[in-house]
Amino acid sequence: MKKLVSSVLAASMVMSLAACGSTASTDTAASSEASSAASTAATTEAAGEGSGAYTGTPIKIGGIGPITGGAAIYGQAVKNAEELAVKEINAANGSDVFEWKFEDDEHDAEKSVNAYNTLKDWGLQVLAGPVTTTPSIAVAAETANDNLFMMTPSASAPAVIESGDNVFQICFTDPNQGVASADYIADNKLGTKVGIIYDSSDAYSSGIYEKFKAEADVKGLEIVTAEAFTADNKSDLSTQVAKCQEAGADLVFLPIYYQEASQILIAANKSGYTPTFFGCDGMDGILTIEGFDTSLAEGLMLLTPFAADAQDEKTQAFVSAYKEAYGDTPNQFAADAYDVVYAIYQAAVAGGINGDMDASDICEALKAQFTSTTFDGLTGEGMTWDASGAVSKAPKAVVIKNGAYAAM
Amino acid sequence: MLKNMKKSTKSNCITLGIVIGFFVLIQILSAAGLLTNSFSGQLVPICAYVILAVSLNLTVGMLGELSLGHAGFMSVGAFSGTLVYVVLSDSAPKPLVMLLAFVVGGVVAGLFGFLVGIPVLRLSGDYLAIVTLAFGEIVKNVMNACYLGVDSHGLHFSLKDSASLNMEVDGKVLINGAMGITGIKKASTFTIGIVLVIITLLVILNLVNSRAGRAIKAIRDNEIAARSVGIPITKYKLMAFVTSAVFAGVAGVLYALNYSSLVAKKFDYNTSILILVFVVLGGIGNLRGSVIAAAVLTVLPELLRSMNDYRMLIYAIVLIVVMIFNQSPEMIALRKRLTARFHKEGEGDKAKEKKGVA
Repeated sequence: MKKLVSSVLAASMVMSLAACGSTASTDTAASSEASSAASTAATTEAAGEGSGAYTGTPIKIGGIGPITGGAAIYGQAVKNAEELAVKEINAANGSDVFEWKFEDDEHDAEKSVNAYNTLKDWGLQVLAGPVTTTPSIAVAAETANDNLFMMTPSASAPAVIESGDNVFQICFTDPNQGVASADYIADNKLGTKVGIIYDSSDAYSSGIYEKFKAEADVKGLEIVTAEAFTADNKSDLSTQVAKCQEAGADLVFLPIYYQEASQILIAANKSGYTPTFFGCDGMDGILTIEGFDTSLAEGLMLLTPFAADAQDEKTQAFVSAYKEAYGDTPNQFAADAYDVVYAIYQAAVAGGINGDMDASDICEALKAQFTSTTFDGLTGEGMTWDASGAVSKAPKAVVIKNGAYAAM
Repeated sequence: MLKNMKKSTKSNCITLGIVIGFFVLIQILSAAGLLTNSFSGQLVPICAYVILAVSLNLTVGMLGELSLGHAGFMSVGAFSGTLVYVVLSDSAPKPLVMLLAFVVGGVVAGLFGFLVGIPVLRLSGDYLAIVTLAFGEIVKNVMNACYLGVDSHGLHFSLKDSASLNMEVDGKVLINGAMGITGIKKASTFTIGIVLVIITLLVILNLVNSRAGRAIKAIRDNEIAARSVGIPITKYKLMAFVTSAVFAGVAGVLYALNYSSLVAKKFDYNTSILILVFVVLGGIGNLRGSVIAAAVLTVLPELLRSMNDYRMLIYAIVLIVVMIFNQSPEMIALRKRLTARFHKEGEGDKAKEKKGVA
């Protein structure tokens, strides 16, 4: 009996292997067919109209991010924004500039590398992802091996771009945010005794915390207490708030995501503790939490590259298009992802990049473009990149007034 | 000659044959250029999961104790082995460093297995499951808060943050808390993975079919009876538990060296359960089943990528269907009816087979 079952299982394994091989080969065949069809379509169209700035085979751009699991809200935002940007660019150009595909990585390094390999089977030429830090570090090493251009919208650890010179970020690095926050607090004399509450199990949060602490020492800010929580232990944060209160902190720095921050604001409100709260870009989204009394966030300051209710034309257009397509207000992750696609588009047009080129040549051309030009996007004007792949743009501080962001 | 072979030896040869056959098949496909990137990227994780499933089966199937902390052993092995690899990779030849990394990973995991095993194996059933579960969580949280650096003065260690390591300017942070170890140069290959799988299978199959293995199974079947005939319970329980931990550690190193970043978060409760699922679906106490289940269930979610959002739903349904097919009495009866014809011919063998198969 057992022999039979195992032979059946073995057979099914071989079958699945065979199936894997065959589907993949038909996939590539189909996609090459599709791309050749697309290229003929593109050339005929180009010959006919010649209106778009980009005429050539569509470039295959892929995204990776968590669209299931705990970090799904970030991945979903990035996925939506990338889709929106690709659609807009293709429509504006008349012919397809990008072919786009998004794969789920469940916020896991192993799954993210799998997703990357799947995209490579599809014919990936430029990677706009992954979304979260740990998967990005793993995938960045793979792209560096393949010399495939990668630009992450939101993986902000410095280790991501250290993997190779083909890896770029459009978000601030964590150290930059920590340093910028400490400078901003010290220069504007927002507080003298600083308390910090951070997530020690999270790479983003602990990364900012460390650099903030180092810079605060330089700037003469007194850190009276630093309280940590972990991902397993965050259902009640009132202890951390109480400790900050006991230590007499008049400013509490929160380098964490907005869900936990909302709990901290509620706990502080309950105990009648009213320091200045100061957050980073992860705080963006706090006004959109359902059932959260936004009056509690009054006076909360945050450094963020993007505010959904900013009045400039670009942001307004993006927010209304996003709302129409997905019924949701975009957050900073979405804005970063939108910028990534547009930045790649700008570089592709300027660098004369064509989908017929192989991924390595595209990578070299994009590298040359990104290190030499500037890009104006939703998350910053005049962004430039150095050879390491880190972005340089001015941080924007906003304060919440009357339930909306206001510039400071 | 085949006729005279012992039943267990024959069964072991089939198991090893499947592994070697798989290796040869992959080499042929790879040489012919038929392997997809997606599949070749999964080969090393498959090997790691196979080792984990086989080693957990030793605890769950042979010793009969439910351990939910297997990812914890994987974690300590992965971190210690990778640390050795990262520190020494510049100063010694690569094969030697890798060998050392695997040995250190295995030994450290085994040591933890021993330390945990002494108190834990006095418990049984649900209690043992809960304590091993707690062990896995403790390892995860400690590694999340662990900072280790090296500079000209030697090693620095802190449980607070990397700034309190107080290192010189030239210092290098090796383990950075929640960020774990980054910048690992990918070193695991499929060949190394298969060699480790074969070593694991040889050791565990031999253990199971040895005098010690029979003692371990006797403890599983009836601890009181085993004790009454003079089997040293603690010794054999520890033997199984520590062996299982050692191979989990080795698998952890294999897994960690396949990616450029290693974080403690990966080795959480979910990973322990995943390995347990491989064992249960492959058949508790059936090592060959563990090998096949681990390989198939690692590949399956990737094959289902085209289903998009329904991927995990279908994965779950497949698990349930396989479980029913394997375990439900009705299905077993149905399968027997369907295969009755094949069995009539081999009726004579059957009685013999029943005795021999573990």
